[in-house]
Amino acid sequence: MEKTFASARRAKTLFWGEIMAETSAHGAAHHAPPQGFISKYILSVDHKVIGIQYTILSLVAAFVGMALSWAMRIHLAWPDVHIPLLGMLAPNGAPGGQMTPEYYLSLMTMHGTIMAFFVLTAAPFAGFGNFMLPIQVGAADMAFPRLNRASFWVTFVGFLLACATFVIPDGPPLSGWTAYAPLSAVGAVAGPGQGWGQNLWGLSVAVFCIASLLGALNFIVTVLDLRTKGMKLSRLPLSTWGWFIDAWVSLLAFAVLLPTCLLLVLDRLGGTSFFIPGGLVFNDQLQPHSGGSPLLFQHLFWFFGHPEVYIIILPAFGIVSHILPTFIRKPLVGGWKVITFSEIGVGTLSFVVWGHHMFVSGMSPYMAMVFSVPTLFITIPSVIAVLVWVFSLYGSNIRFDTPMLFSLGFISLFISGGIGGFFLAQPSTDSYLHATTFVVGHFHFTMGLSAIFATFAGFYYWFSKMFGRMMNEKLGKWHFWLSFVGVYCVFMTMHLTGFAGAVRRYSAFVDDFMIPLIPANRFISVAALLLGATQFVFLYNAIWSFFKGPKAPDNPWGATTLEWDTTSPPPFDNFGGRQMIVHHGPMEYDGEASVMQTSAEASVAGT
Amino acid sequence: MNQPELTITPSAVVITPGHEVLMEASPYGVDKKKLGMWIFIVSDACTFGAFLFAYGYMRIGTPVWGTPFGFSSIVNGMVMTAVLLSSSLTMLAAVRASQSRAKASANKWLGVTMFLGTVFAALHLREWFKLIGEGWRLFYNPTGGAPQFGATFFSVTGLHLTHVVTGVIALAIIARGYTQGRYDESHVETAGLYWHFVDLVWMFVFPLMYLMNAH
Repeated sequence: MEKTFASARRAKTLFWGEIMAETSAHGAAHHAPPQGFISKYILSVDHKVIGIQYTILSLVAAFVGMALSWAMRIHLAWPDVHIPLLGMLAPNGAPGGQMTPEYYLSLMTMHGTIMAFFVLTAAPFAGFGNFMLPIQVGAADMAFPRLNRASFWVTFVGFLLACATFVIPDGPPLSGWTAYAPLSAVGAVAGPGQGWGQNLWGLSVAVFCIASLLGALNFIVTVLDLRTKGMKLSRLPLSTWGWFIDAWVSLLAFAVLLPTCLLLVLDRLGGTSFFIPGGLVFNDQLQPHSGGSPLLFQHLFWFFGHPEVYIIILPAFGIVSHILPTFIRKPLVGGWKVITFSEIGVGTLSFVVWGHHMFVSGMSPYMAMVFSVPTLFITIPSVIAVLVWVFSLYGSNIRFDTPMLFSLGFISLFISGGIGGFFLAQPSTDSYLHATTFVVGHFHFTMGLSAIFATFAGFYYWFSKMFGRMMNEKLGKWHFWLSFVGVYCVFMTMHLTGFAGAVRRYSAFVDDFMIPLIPANRFISVAALLLGATQFVFLYNAIWSFFKGPKAPDNPWGATTLEWDTTSPPPFDNFGGRQMIVHHGPMEYDGEASVMQTSAEASVAGT
Repeated sequence: MNQPELTITPSAVVITPGHEVLMEASPYGVDKKKLGMWIFIVSDACTFGAFLFAYGYMRIGTPVWGTPFGFSSIVNGMVMTAVLLSSSLTMLAAVRASQSRAKASANKWLGVTMFLGTVFAALHLREWFKLIGEGWRLFYNPTGGAPQFGATFFSVTGLHLTHVVTGVIALAIIARGYTQGRYDESHVETAGLYWHFVDLVWMFVFPLMYLMNAH
């Protein structure tokens, strides 16, 4: 063994020496854990603490976003009902607890913003990724630990800015999470929340972009440069592949949303006219702008926005592909290659389909046809991924633990939502469906709840590793079945009301043609309230298990990857000073038999 | 729940202090700082790309585009270009010197690079003030056409100028740390990568924002 050490490469390319050199100037070597509450839990540079910080932030954001959707659903089903709490929060937006149509849009905007950015983008990528990725590749930390800390705290500031819109007199903006210009660009004249509310929104999203770029950079460099001996790219766990591909998509997409936000802020505060055409009249006032293009905003936004939905779903692909083999006790069909290359295909194609969000935006109809072709192409790698999961299940002995149930739920939701995508990918059918609740149901299935289900799968799977205790399986199963049924009740019904012509973004269904749909909408609202209530089962389970759950063994699921090759929770340097040497791919399962990645035993699955 | 089984590899070697950790080679053979800078450059190129896309979109969609630059402005722009390109050369000299451990020489070239960067920024600001003096604003075209020239010119070149100024500050920090021994030649090289990228961006900005707007 001494010989192996002697032949190790020179210090320049070695992370251990570098991390020590990086931190030695501050008087502490990296492998000595920090003492004191603040350096240990608040301003920590440890990727595990940062991962947990992200997870907690997303949990808080998820419950905030859910509360907003509750208020919207109550109003949609019973427009006359007063919500006293809402009246206290927003005396202008909801006088006496009954929301104005504008405030309904504000709640919708913030629900979308908080959920899309601070929950769906943050939890499965930054939350689990930060905790697990360095361990899975056998590193002691991320490539740039201090940058990592900065990225979390910048995200935190972004979240505070988003929440601040609720307490300023102007209120939250009402232009949607997509902030379509010119409504978002002209300023306070456009309505309540369009003054400082929209400014704070732009700032919050710009700040979130910076945090995401820092995070993506860190993930990419860690995967490329910090893999332990034997961890070839072909042996990376599939969740690491998911995060790695996702980091590339983030890196390119958020780099475009950032200038989009800057130009929007310039239009609002600098008086420029990037997105505002001439001769525009808002609330009887002629706007002092000319020559801008609202379509330019949509091009820039959706160039980010479509990759964004894959930024949300690719970590989910990775997490589910990582969890499945453990619970079906065999490798995925096609090994690591088919699933990984379909993920790369999805990530690449995601940059050429943005125009399908703009079929009815005034873009040339010929362009609509041009964009519908790659949109149908992108279903090919997506379908390949789905087939890999489904064919892998075929004929296997499935262990139905909670992480597996949520993974299966993910596959189900992704298929159901994906089928709706065929209708929306074609300009002819999209022209009718675009402004209906069909789209709402579609994207909640595919990117919203699919990603949430994969996040839950990851949470139940990795909770033992993150906190050293097992979660309660019985509550977990209740949580799964109630959520699964609830999600279908809410969003499948939205598909149907969409077909029937229910317009999205309306705060009440009072038009003649929508009145027959009121019972269906009440059904959705009741189901949504119950679905939300179910999440408290999860919250209770997580908190109870954190304090009282049975102590977790090191490898409770009989998995093979490096995070299960260390204690629960892992020590500060992840492996207790051991040199990890990888001999196998991540899917060495053959029934009950499995071989750890670090084991020198012979392969059982031939991967 | 399934039967818990402990499968910690017992044969793993404990790393003793002073020994190095065995790792897979980086696929590009570069250390993490340099790789990180390359990836930042990829991302930053997208950001500039979005700005330039907005400029192109505005320009194509505007029937009468203001073209304010006369002979003196183009000469000024060419001097700025020459200064910035020379600074790339002096940066290269600094990296070379630091790699051959010639610390004093490396510091001298870093100083020259920072000086040239500052000259570029000064010439650029002179151009800005000249335009502002003529009445150009983010939202106003003194020649009476669409106001998009000011918006695109000031935002695109402003973004680039921010990068130059940030670069000068970064070089100052690197030079200080390098003198004091906190940083080594790899830091100088990584800062050089950034500097060359900022120069490269100018090679797009100059023809698009200056030469195409000469009257």
